[in-house]
Amino acid sequence: MGRIEINAALCKGCYLCIEACRKKHIEIDDRLNVQDVLPVRVIPGTECTACPRCAMVCPESAIEVFHD
Amino acid sequence: METKVFARPKSLTDVTTHYCPGCGHGVVHRLVAEAIDHFGLRDNTVGVASAGCSVMMYKYFDVDTLEAAHGRALATATGIKRTHPDLTVFTYQGDGDLASIGLAETIHAANRGEKITAIFVNNAVYGMTGGQMAPTTLPGQKTSTTPAGRTKAREGSPLRMAEMLSQLDGVAFCQRVAVYDPDQIYEAREAIFRAFETQLEGLGFAFVEVLSACPTNMRMKPIDGQHWVEESMCKFYPLGTFKDDDA
Repeated sequence: MGRIEINAALCKGCYLCIEACRKKHIEIDDRLNVQDVLPVRVIPGTECTACPRCAMVCPESAIEVFHD
Repeated sequence: METKVFARPKSLTDVTTHYCPGCGHGVVHRLVAEAIDHFGLRDNTVGVASAGCSVMMYKYFDVDTLEAAHGRALATATGIKRTHPDLTVFTYQGDGDLASIGLAETIHAANRGEKITAIFVNNAVYGMTGGQMAPTTLPGQKTSTTPAGRTKAREGSPLRMAEMLSQLDGVAFCQRVAVYDPDQIYEAREAIFRAFETQLEGLGFAFVEVLSACPTNMRMKPIDGQHWVEESMCKFYPLGTFKDDDA
């Protein structure tokens, strides 16, 4: 199984990662980050396959992917 | 045992970029940084920045970077590469810089076969100055200086830089890629790696044109910008390898 770490401070809210994820593992957070945008967060209880499509499309390189 | 399968490249600094949400520059920056990391070039690479949105790339790459006069990145890079042939030199230019004001420098550097890697980000508008028509603006595309859409009769047809440069003898590698979805980004990564490899092997000029979205100036959401690149830009600018001397 996989896991992603999102550096929310770098997120500009383009949400391309949400579109890229095939497992619907990412959603929009309800709290603003330091850039005054709503960053993305992981949806608890959903699956990640470490594919790593979300990290590939992230223009801010804010997502790192882990696999075990 | 958990392993990190996708990490932020070491050749990128931990700085928040000034690029707009959904801009393709961030992805292309990461791909270039991945290539620098992959070939172990972080200590002996010099980047040359253009005028345009990528003008501040010296803040984002953890390699030495020089800011060239508008359009003259490849002329400046020629000087660096010829005086320090052991360095890896790349330019990172937009369409206003490489295909408009710097067109003469671009064509002559490519024709001389300078052993430089040129990364050309084509987003079909002048991004930094507010979305005016660029030489690469598509026919019919509305910009702030072509409010009714670009026409062939008035503004001429867009320049296809990859096709043009591939005709020159000095060019060893020439490919057009896009960064609108993960699969295409993977292809773009391969092309940029190949372009750095071309320089390391001393084969000649290496050129990668990257089709990229400018959602702000296209007045689109980031995801719609990606679709626009796929549906409109890729039709006019076919993706593919136009030249690879080592293939």
